[in-house]
Formats: sequence, C-alpha cells, structure tokens
Amino acid sequence: MLAVNFLLLAAVLFCIGVFGVIARRNAVLVLMSIELILNAVNLNLVAFALMNNNIEGQVFALFVIAIAAAEVGVGLAMVLMIYRNRKSIALDELSEMKG
Amino acid sequence: MLAVEETHTALELSSGWFMENAWLIALIPAIGFALIIGFGKKMPFKGAEFGLSSMAASLVIATGAGIQWIQRTDSASPGGEEALGGLFTGVRGAVRAAEGAEAAPYIEPVVTQWVWWQNSGLEFGLGSHIDGLSVLLLWLVAFISLLVQIFSLDYVRGDRRYTHFFAALTLFSSGMLVMVMSSNMVQLILGWEIMGLCSFMLIGHWWEDAYNSHSALKAFFTVRVGDVGLLIGTAILYFGANDFAVNTLDSNGFDIRAIGAWALSGEGSSWTLLMASIALFIACIGKSGQFPLHTWLPDAMAGPTPVSSLLHSSTMVVAGVFLVARIYPVFWEGFNIASGGLSFIAVIGGITIVIAALLAFVQDDIKKVLAYSTVSQLGYMMLGLGTGAWLPAVFHVFTHAFFKCCLFLCAGSISHSGSHHSFDMKKDMGGLRKKMPITFWAWIVSTLALTGVIPFAGFWSKDEIIDNVGANGYTVLFWVGLGGAALTAMYMTRATYLTFFGEARGAAAGIHHDDGGHDEYATEHRETLITAATIDRELVMAGPAPQSLGAAAATHESGDRGDHRDDHDDHGDDHGDHGDHGPHESGKLIVVPIVILAFLALTAGFANPTPLAGDALGANLGEGVELIKTYVEPRYEPVFVDETAGHAGESVQLIDASTLPAVEDDGGEGKSDDGKAKCGRGTPEPGTVCYFPNVKHAVPELGKILLSLAVVAIGYAAAIGFCIAYYRNRNSRLVGLTERSRIARGGYLFLKNKYYLDALYQNVFVFFVSRPLAKATYWFNQNVIDGAVNGVGAGGKATGNWVYKYIDQGLVDGAVNASGKAASETGHGLQPMQSGKVNQYGALLFGAATVGAIVLVILNVS
Repeated sequence: MLAVNFLLLAAVLFCIGVFGVIARRNAVLVLMSIELILNAVNLNLVAFALMNNNIEGQVFALFVIAIAAAEVGVGLAMVLMIYRNRKSIALDELSEMKG
Repeated sequence: MLAVEETHTALELSSGWFMENAWLIALIPAIGFALIIGFGKKMPFKGAEFGLSSMAASLVIATGAGIQWIQRTDSASPGGEEALGGLFTGVRGAVRAAEGAEAAPYIEPVVTQWVWWQNSGLEFGLGSHIDGLSVLLLWLVAFISLLVQIFSLDYVRGDRRYTHFFAALTLFSSGMLVMVMSSNMVQLILGWEIMGLCSFMLIGHWWEDAYNSHSALKAFFTVRVGDVGLLIGTAILYFGANDFAVNTLDSNGFDIRAIGAWALSGEGSSWTLLMASIALFIACIGKSGQFPLHTWLPDAMAGPTPVSSLLHSSTMVVAGVFLVARIYPVFWEGFNIASGGLSFIAVIGGITIVIAALLAFVQDDIKKVLAYSTVSQLGYMMLGLGTGAWLPAVFHVFTHAFFKCCLFLCAGSISHSGSHHSFDMKKDMGGLRKKMPITFWAWIVSTLALTGVIPFAGFWSKDEIIDNVGANGYTVLFWVGLGGAALTAMYMTRATYLTFFGEARGAAAGIHHDDGGHDEYATEHRETLITAATIDRELVMAGPAPQSLGAAAATHESGDRGDHRDDHDDHGDDHGDHGDHGPHESGKLIVVPIVILAFLALTAGFANPTPLAGDALGANLGEGVELIKTYVEPRYEPVFVDETAGHAGESVQLIDASTLPAVEDDGGEGKSDDGKAKCGRGTPEPGTVCYFPNVKHAVPELGKILLSLAVVAIGYAAAIGFCIAYYRNRNSRLVGLTERSRIARGGYLFLKNKYYLDALYQNVFVFFVSRPLAKATYWFNQNVIDGAVNGVGAGGKATGNWVYKYIDQGLVDGAVNASGKAASETGHGLQPMQSGKVNQYGALLFGAATVGAIVLVILNVS
C-alpha cells in the first residue's frame, strides 16, 4: 500500500520528465526535466530502502543528488555559452551536430 | 727434471717496440695511399710528399725492427747456451765441428695480430709476423720503394696522372709489405692480390695507347692463371694441417708457422703435400714470371720505368720466391728436397734461366733485355730453393734487388735524358758513355754485379746458389747454372755495348724521329710475329744506318729542325723541360738513387760472403761475417711444445726419461755423421715440432769459385769479341749470317718470336677459347641458360597474371571492397538518425532504455 504510492508517484514523475526531455524546446526546461527523471529514480531508491529496511538505497540516492548537481552545473554552463553565441536557447535550432 | 724445465723456459728473448709494432710498416703506406687519393691533387707536390714520407717512415720502422731482431737473435745465443747447461754443449761442439754452423736454438718470431674476422671458432688474424726473412724483405721493400719514388719525382714530372701514379706506387709497396709480414695464408693472399691489382694499374698507366692497356691486361690475366693455384694450395694446406695445428699448436690451418710445423711433423701424407706444393708453385710461376708463364713480364715494360724497376727488384716478382721461401717446409717435404729429389721447382728454375737468357739476346729494347734478365735471375732463385739452397736464394733476392733496380733506373735515366724517351738500343742509343758518365758507371757496376764478378754483390749470392746446387748433388743443374752465368755476361755485354759504346744513333745523336714520346715507345713494339723479311730491316738498323741517319739529320738541319723544336715545346708540357735536347746527364733526383743503388750493388754481397768465412779465398774471417745466415735463416732446432709441459707431471717425466737422452744421442751421432739432424730429415721427437728443415750449406772451394769466374770471363770475352766484330767492324762473315744460314735464321726467328709462346697462347689458347669454345658457350648461354631463364620468367609471368586476376583482384580486393562497402552502406543507413536534435536523441535514448527494460522484464519473468 505504502510502497505502491511511492512507486506510482515516481513513475508519474519519470513520465513527466521523459515527456519534458522529448517535447520541450527550451534547453533549461530540458535540464529541469532531466532533474525530474533523476528525482523519480531517487524516490524509488529511498522507497525501496524503506521497504527492505536497507540503508544502502538512501546512500545511493545521496550520490545521485550529488552527481545531478554537477550535471546541472555543466548543463547550465553549456546553455549559458550557447545563449551567448546565439542569443537563443531553442534546441531545435541547434542542428550543427547533424551527421 | 730441472734441466727439462730450463729447456722450456730458458729462452728469454728480447723484444722491442719496433718489432711489436711492425704492422705500422705496411699500414703507413696504405694510409699514404688514401691521403694521396683523397688530398693529393691539392698538395704542393701533387701527393708525392705523402708517398715519399710514408715510405721513409716505413723504412725507419723496418730498420728499427731489423736492429731489434738482430738483438733478439743475439740475446738467444749466449743466454740460451748457458741455460741449457752442459747437456747440450757437447752436441753444439760436435755440430760446429761437423758443419761449421751454429746450432743455435730456434728463435720465436714476434707476432702481433688482431682478429680480422672469425667464423665458427676459426680466427683469421691480421697483423705482423717478424722473423729474419720478413725483416729482411720489409727493409728491402721499404728501401727500394723510397729510392724509386725519389727517382719518380723527376722521371714522371708533369705526367697527366702524376698523383695517381704515386698513389698506385705507394699501394703497391704496401701490398708487398702486407704480404711479407703476414703470419697466415689469408693475409698473404690479401697482399698478393693488392700487388696484382696495382701492377695492373701501373703497367697500364698510359692506358690511352692500346698496347699499354693490352700489356696490363696480359700481365693481370697471366698472373691470375697462376693465382688459381694459390687458392687451391691454401685450401689443401688448410684441410691438411688444421687438425695438427689446432691440437698441437693452438692455432689453425692457415697459420704459416703451423703449416710448416705440420709439413715437417710427418703427419701429413706425402700426396697431400705434393699436391699443395704443385698448386702453390703454379702460383709462383705466374707471379715470379717462371717458364712458361713468363710472357707477361717483358710486356710489363709498357709501364713507366720506375714501375718496372720496383716490380722487378723488390716487389711483385719476388712475391713468388718469397712464398716458396716462407712456407719452405711444405716444398721441402712435398718435393722431397731432403733426399735430393729432382723437384718441379728446380727444373722450372733451370729451364727459366736458360730460355730467358737466350731471349735477352735478340731484344732491341733495353728494358726488355733487363726484363728477361730478371726472369733469368728469378730462375736462379727458384733453382736454389728447389735444390735446398734456401739461404743463397734468399740472399740472391736481397742482392738482386739492388743491382736490378739500379739497372732499370739507369735505363730510365738514359731514356729520360739520353735517348728522348726511346728504349730502342739499336735506333736511339750508342755512345752514351761520355754523355752520361754517372749513369754509365752505375750501369757498369750493376752489370758486373749481375754477372757475378768478384767482389760485386751478385757474385756472393749467385755463386753460392750454383755452388750449393752442385754440392746437393744436382750435377746437370749445376752446369745449367754455370751456363746461365756465361749467357748473362754475354747479353749484358751486348746491351752495354749497344747503349754506351759505338756510334751515337738516333736520339742519342740528337735526332728525333718523331715526338710521340711514350706513345712512340709503345707503337714501336707491337705484338707481331717477325718474319724473315723483317730481319733485313733489323740488320739495317743495327748496321750502317746510323751514319746515313746522321747524314740525313745534317742535311735536314736547317729545314726540319725548326719544326722539331716547335713540337718540343708542346711536348715540354708533358715531360718537363729538358734544356738542351741532346743527350746529357740526368738531374740529381735521378742520379742520387742510382748512385746509392750502385754503391749497394758493389757492397751488398758482403752481408753474407760465405767464401770469406772459410778458407776458400785465403782470408778466413770466421762465421761472424755471414750476417744473413746468422740472422735470417731460421734455426732448425726442434722446439718443445708447451702443451706437453702444460699437462701433468708424467709428460715431463716422459721427456726426462726417454726423450732427452734420445735427443742427445740422435743429435750427437746423427749430426756428426753427415749433417743428419732431426728437422726435415726425419720425424721430430714426440713433444717437439720443427719449424724449418735442416738445410745443408756447401763449403766453398777455391776451384769452384775460379771455375765460375772463368765461365763468366769466357762469356765476357766472347761477347766483347762478337760486339766489336759485328757492331763496329761489320765483319763480313758475321753480318748477314741470318740471311745466308738457314740454321742461324731459324734460331734467330725462334728467339725473336719468343719461342712462339705468345703465338701459342694467342693463337691456340686464346683462339680456342675465343672461337669454338666461346661460340659453344654462347650457344649454351643463349639456348639453354637463357631458355631456362626465359621459361622461368614466362612461367612466373603467367602465374602472376593468374594470381592478379583471380586471387588479388577477385578474392583479396573483393573482400576489402565488400567490407568497405558494407561499412559505407551502414553509415548511410544510420545517417538520418544523426539529426542533430537533442530531443530526438533523448527520445532514442529512452526508447532504447524502454526496449531494454522490456527485454529485462521478459527475461526475468520467464
């Protein structure tokens, strides 16, 4: 009962994050969507740790939060540079990586 | 026991810097050669300074080595005798009484060498091997080379290849020095071949004329024919001697001393030794101009005179004699000289003496007379070596070098200053006695030395050879030698008369036929057979023609003279200025070497005046005067091998118990009998080796000396009488004899055509080789070898084509192309995925993750 609620919340958050990554054009919003996905995972980790009475899940969640912070730092720096060069952070205009 | 120990260690021989560093003697001229080739043309003297200074340095070191060798020998004699104690003293006394010889201990040579290259345990050394023989030859070669180079300074001045001339001359001497000091056969072959190459370069020095380059080729190829024997002989000796050398002497089958020890040890089969001796002697026949391969030597006169001089006195032709003298034990055993066998060497030597001397009678070219004279004298050396007279033969090499070098330099001086580059005695010489007094007297002294008149150098050596040949029991060869001495006197008288006496003819009278210079010399001596028709011309030239030529010159004095002068000015660029164009004495650089050599031709014989050591001439000066015998001839005493002493005490015991008394008995009895010593006349005792056979020395007798002098005197008298009658008085019975008498004409033609040997070689061997054999070979080459080669080529091409078409193009290239194409197609197929849109990438990522998750779930569930 308790676990299902946590997992459902996490699944909803994950789906919202995935939708954001795929659908949004704004780079900042894409980064925020990625954060949503990561936090959905964190929620799962903490929930399972609580269920199994095992601290390792919570420790892992802390790691994910730390890595996510770093990732957002790098991502925002890139977005900032893109903005400086192009005066825009619209991702559909960034097609230089086309192979 | 104690005595034995002392015999092993007693010989404390002195050594010295010069002997241990004698390799410098050959190395310095080699460096000199490199310097001349590299920098010669830029130097003030065009490279001659390098040649001269390197030869002078070699001479200094060789002299030092000689002095130290004498000290070494002296240090052995008294010290050795004391150390040996009373045991051997009695033997010594007996030997001295019996033979009058010093039975001194064997003197170890001083060997310095480095490993040249090695292969499976076989090492070839390169270095110096100093003993009496090599020291004598080293000094001689360095000395003669230096004098010849001094002479060349003036003689070839202004030559178009002056620098190269000195380079080749220096390398030539270096080659001889390398050969003389070699301690193994490989180094000996190296020096031998260097000389062959340099003689080719020097004989063909003026190669622009076809005759000169033909002569150079002839010399090279004729010597090469013999050289095959050297390689074969060396190989035979190696396979014969190697086991003995490795086991007994800790060396190998190329080591010259080991070969000698093996030959005298009695371990080799007599068949092996005979084959090796014959093969090696064939090499000597080629190199030393012995019959029947002597034909290259007179043609070698095409080279400049200093070359002839060097080639005929101390290098090249002496190499063959040196080879025989160096590995004498092999020939001693191979031809069984010990027991008086009629050896191949002696027979060839005897034939050479006579045929070469006869040929010298019909030569018009002064250098060719000397060339045949050299061939004849080399025959004496070979005769001596072939009959056991080692010492006189080597001594004759020594004395012959001085007077023959002097005679050649005199001929060079005459052509340089007297006969305007002509060597034709009948056309361009005569009456030069007053014009060139120094050259004349040097020539006379050397001629007397060559013919063996007492007390000139040749007497002491040549007479010794003849005497020893007789004493060793070769009666026929003894008379051949004496007859040769008479012939020598005759042809030298003829040459002297034609050159220095009588009417001045041709260039000697100031007339120049044409101004071809050296080319003229060459064109005069074409290789053609002389027929009866041409004899007339020859006789006219020798007869009253000079007067008519002189008259012609007088009448043309006003007209043609001027033209000649003009020609001379051009000519002067080539040969320096001659000042007055008439005959005159040569300059200092030419005269000084001649005078030095003439002095030595007079005195060199006193290095070993054997008759003075006995009672033969009434003045007994004792054995001390025989310097060459004391210091050059290797001692024949057996030597204890270290190996035996190095083993356990029992081997020493063995020597103590059995060997030593045996030595004493055998030596004491045997030697007092008939000079029958161990070495070379039986197998050496176990534990000892011999390095040199016990050669006998004839005791000179007054009667024999008088006989040989009388023979020479008769030769002189007959020749002088003939010359005066024929050339001066035009005796009607003698003049035209060859036209009237069929026998005389036949003999003259036979000699004039050099026994038809050249014709034989040219028309039979060369013809056979060049026509049918060459054609057959060509056919074989074209049809069989080329066919095979072409077949292989065609087959290879077909295979290649097939491989190219199917394997390479089809398989290999197909695989490569297919993989490339596959990669390319895949890339093109996947290209649309790389849209550059981040969202799409994200979608793909999550799509893939979803697929992965589904697969995972399915796998885990099932």
